[in-house]
Parts: sequence; C-alpha cells; structure tokens
Amino acid sequence: MVNIIWVAMLVVGIVYAACNGTMDKVNQAVFNSAEEGVTLCLGLISILVFWLGMMRIAEKSGLLTKFSSLFRPILSKLFPDVPTKHPAMGYIVSNTIANMFGLGNAATPLGIKAMEQLKKLNGNKNVASRSMITFLALNTSGLTLVPTTVIAIRMKYHSAAPTEIVGVTILVTICTTTAAVLIDRFFYYRRKRKGRE
Amino acid sequence: MAIITALSIWIIPILIGMILVHGTYKGIPTYETFVDGGKEGFSMAISIIPYLVGMLVAIGVFRASGAMDMVLNTIKPFLAIFGVPSEIVPLAIIRPISGTGALGIMSDLLKQYTPDSFIGRLASTLQSSTDTTFYVLTVYFGAVGIHKTGDALKVGLLADCVGVISSIIFVSLIFGR
Repeated sequence: MVNIIWVAMLVVGIVYAACNGTMDKVNQAVFNSAEEGVTLCLGLISILVFWLGMMRIAEKSGLLTKFSSLFRPILSKLFPDVPTKHPAMGYIVSNTIANMFGLGNAATPLGIKAMEQLKKLNGNKNVASRSMITFLALNTSGLTLVPTTVIAIRMKYHSAAPTEIVGVTILVTICTTTAAVLIDRFFYYRRKRKGRE
Repeated sequence: MAIITALSIWIIPILIGMILVHGTYKGIPTYETFVDGGKEGFSMAISIIPYLVGMLVAIGVFRASGAMDMVLNTIKPFLAIFGVPSEIVPLAIIRPISGTGALGIMSDLLKQYTPDSFIGRLASTLQSSTDTTFYVLTVYFGAVGIHKTGDALKVGLLADCVGVISSIIFVSLIFGR
C-alpha cells in the first residue's frame, strides 16, 4: 500500500511537472528534501537519547511495572475472555504501558508475545479471536502520553511551545481509544447476533 | 482549557522527577542506566533516516510540481463543508498506512505552515494521537500466523476516522483556528 502511494506521489509529480513546466522546481525539491530528511533525523537524536535514557531508568527501577498494576483492572475489563492471571494479560498490560510512554520499539515484541498467548487461548486457530481484535483496536488507536518525536520535530521548526500539543493529544487519544473499544464491542455483538461467535 | 495547557507543560518535568526519585529510592545506578538507554535513542534516530528521506523527497516532488496544490484545490470546497482543512488530507491518508511516512508528511506541514499554526498543531496532534493501523495489523497478526483477521481492520480504520475528527474539533476548541 505504502509502495503504491510513494511511487504515485513521485511519478505523478514528475509527469505533472513535465506538462506544466515546473521541472526545475522538482529537480530542486529532490535534493533539498533529501537533505531535510537527514537534518531532521539528526535533530531527533537529542530528545530520543534523553527520553529513552529516562525510560530505561523507569524500566529498571520497576516504575513501569507499577504503572502496569495501576492499569491492569481497567484492561482486564476490556478482555472478559482472558483470565486475569493468564500471561496474555501481563503482556497486554506491558504493551499498553510501553505504547503510552512512546516506547514503540519495546512495545512491538511485547505485543507479539501477547498475540501468541491469545492465540494459545483460542486453541491455536488461525482466526482472530474476540480478544485479539480488541487488543488490536487498543493498539491502533494508540494511547500516547508523551509524543517524543513530534515534540522534537516541533522544536526543530522553532515552535514557541513544542510541548503545547501534549494535552490535546491525550484528549484525542482518549476519544479514539474509547471509540475503538465501542466500535469493537459493536462488531462483536453483531457477529454474535449472526451466530458467528 | 487552562488545565490542558498547564498539563502540557507539567507532564514531562513531573515524569522526569518521578522516574529519578523512584530510581534513586530503588537503588538503581541512575546515571549509568540513563547512558545505557540513551544509546538506543541514537541508533533509533539514525534508523529513521532512510524512511524520512524517501518520504520527504516524494512529498517534496509532489508539492513542487504543483500537483499537490491542484489536488488540494479540487477537494477544498467539498471538505470545507465539513470544516476539514484540505492541507491535512495527505497526512490523514498516510497515517494508518506508514508511521514514518506520516512523520515525513507531518514534518513537511510543520515546515510549510509553522508548528504554531492551526495546520501545524493539527498535524502534530494527528501524528501523536493514533498509531499505524496497517503496521500493527500486519506485524502482530503476521508474527503469530493469523490469516483471518475478522473485523480488526474495520475497527482500526473507523477508530482512525474518529481520531481525525476529534483532532480537528479539539485543536479548534483549544487553540482556535
């Protein structure tokens, strides 16, 4: 999918430029944008180094686990098919917490572990279970507390208040997550009515 | 609204304070641990480079050729009915498909319209508040061999739509347009 969009933007751009005489601008854009990409990433180093350093302390000291136990009761309500003591629940909770703190790289392996456990719970079938769909809904709606990369890029472009979007982000995230859970429930009951679950 | 603004300023320093106090209390070698974790941040930033360069060049060519303005001007009157700024459309489309691709488009928007403009704030919020639906779906289900994904994609994409709509509403409410 992303392949098609990427190629389409480039090819349509070049063809459009050929028809409208803007080829010199396109030529410039290639080199300027490439340079922009590199400088932007170099600018990200500062905040990523700092934040991931901080999060490593939180991880080692057990603070993340503490947060997890805080969210466990809420999360287990969303997964009625998963026993509270089951390892799946543990992975689901840690994955959600990692996502909240912007630790995408740490979240992915935990998410895969959670899926493995959920598959076991579902008798190793290759069909997505109810809990799997809920877990996916939670993940794609993305509970974020601190959007580090976005803050870093805002700084790079001289925002007067790079972090001012944190509050709104949390509000919007709450909306999307609630919506995701409700939509997920809606589809579940629809499947149930049709006798497919 | 004042609470939201205050929250934005306070949350990061408070988290930092909490992490450091808790780490010291638990007897963690805080500084060494910080340095160790920080190294990962460096390699993470470097690993994003090819994604961002690829996406920024594509969007740069598309914009410089004039094709983007043509497309945006065509859909503008239609979107205006619903109060959706057309500038945000490319980001809203890419967001569920590629996280780093969306990051590239967001950076481009921040550069074009400045981060503190309506579009800049909207793009930042949209980028931060949802995750890459297709990526999560492919990676998580792919890794454990789930072939029948049921309603997962529908749920994810509908939630993304809610994300776009609520971003527009909240950013307009809190910062004004």
